[in-house]
Amino acid sequence: MKRFLLFLPLLIALVVGIVLFAGIGKDPTKLESALVGKPVPEFSLRDLHNPDAMLDQSLFLGQVTLLNVWGTWCPACKDEHDDLMWLAEEKGVNIIGLNYKDNREDALVWLDRLGDPYRTTIYDPRGTLGFDLGVYGAPETFVIDAGGVVRYRHVGVVNETVWEQTLLPVINDVQGNG
Amino acid sequence: MVRIVYLVLALLLYGVAAADVADVYDFSDRAQEQRYQDLIAELRCPKCQNQNIADSNAPISKDMRDVVYRMMKDGASNEEIIESLVGRFGEFVRYKPELDSRTFLLWATPAIAVFGGFLVVAGVVIRSRRAGPESPALSAEEKARVDKMLTDQDRSS
Repeated sequence: MKRFLLFLPLLIALVVGIVLFAGIGKDPTKLESALVGKPVPEFSLRDLHNPDAMLDQSLFLGQVTLLNVWGTWCPACKDEHDDLMWLAEEKGVNIIGLNYKDNREDALVWLDRLGDPYRTTIYDPRGTLGFDLGVYGAPETFVIDAGGVVRYRHVGVVNETVWEQTLLPVINDVQGNG
Repeated sequence: MVRIVYLVLALLLYGVAAADVADVYDFSDRAQEQRYQDLIAELRCPKCQNQNIADSNAPISKDMRDVVYRMMKDGASNEEIIESLVGRFGEFVRYKPELDSRTFLLWATPAIAVFGGFLVVAGVVIRSRRAGPESPALSAEEKARVDKMLTDQDRSS
């Protein structure tokens, strides 16, 4: 019994070590969305291309969608733009854009110059829908199922690796289940 | 000289004043303002990780402060305000997590640590008490050996 007690510090150190080691390499800036499993929040915002058209949450019904939050002020959004173009054109992914805290002219120039991967772009100059979605840093990309429910949120740029290792499995899973 | 001191003081105090995030909100009374300050001190900025939204200059913190203020004006309770932000940004934004099954260990750790320390101290005390008065420091045999050693030493020197 006494012998065993001598090993107690080693044991504690091992347990604490394992717990701490498990945390290494996790990116603390990536938070799981609080909206996973909940429907897209209600909103009523204008279409970026067509200021007269109002869009709302029914936009997401019917098919699996990637909702990509972007702004012209966001350098990382420029990084991922080519990959979004590739997804939309080569992979036929249904992407809806959320132009977040931006202004219309800049956003239209950007899409004109870099190409437009979005089926529709929601114009959210004051970031209200972004706030309701819990967006804390663009770019963010949400996977939304055909019933308009948020299934996954990716914070940071989307590229081929993220698509293949993270988003595609989620989409396959979502399509498999419903 | 006095002037320089005043200047330095003024600069220092300016720094203190400027460290507060400069929002302009109107409050009907002092208590409301205090309540607002307490709320934003307790909410964590999701973007900057280890700042509360009172200290953070991130745009998202500004938005969150706006919402806290607006909801307060609309008569929401503190719980409603915090719940509405947690519903959007997740438990992460709470600096004071709710006590539930997931956070139980977090809340209990200080008590467990104190209790553990108490056990160790109690163990040491009880053991020394038990060993203390009953057994003399040296047994008769040991005492004889020591005496022998000492006399040997005396003789050799």
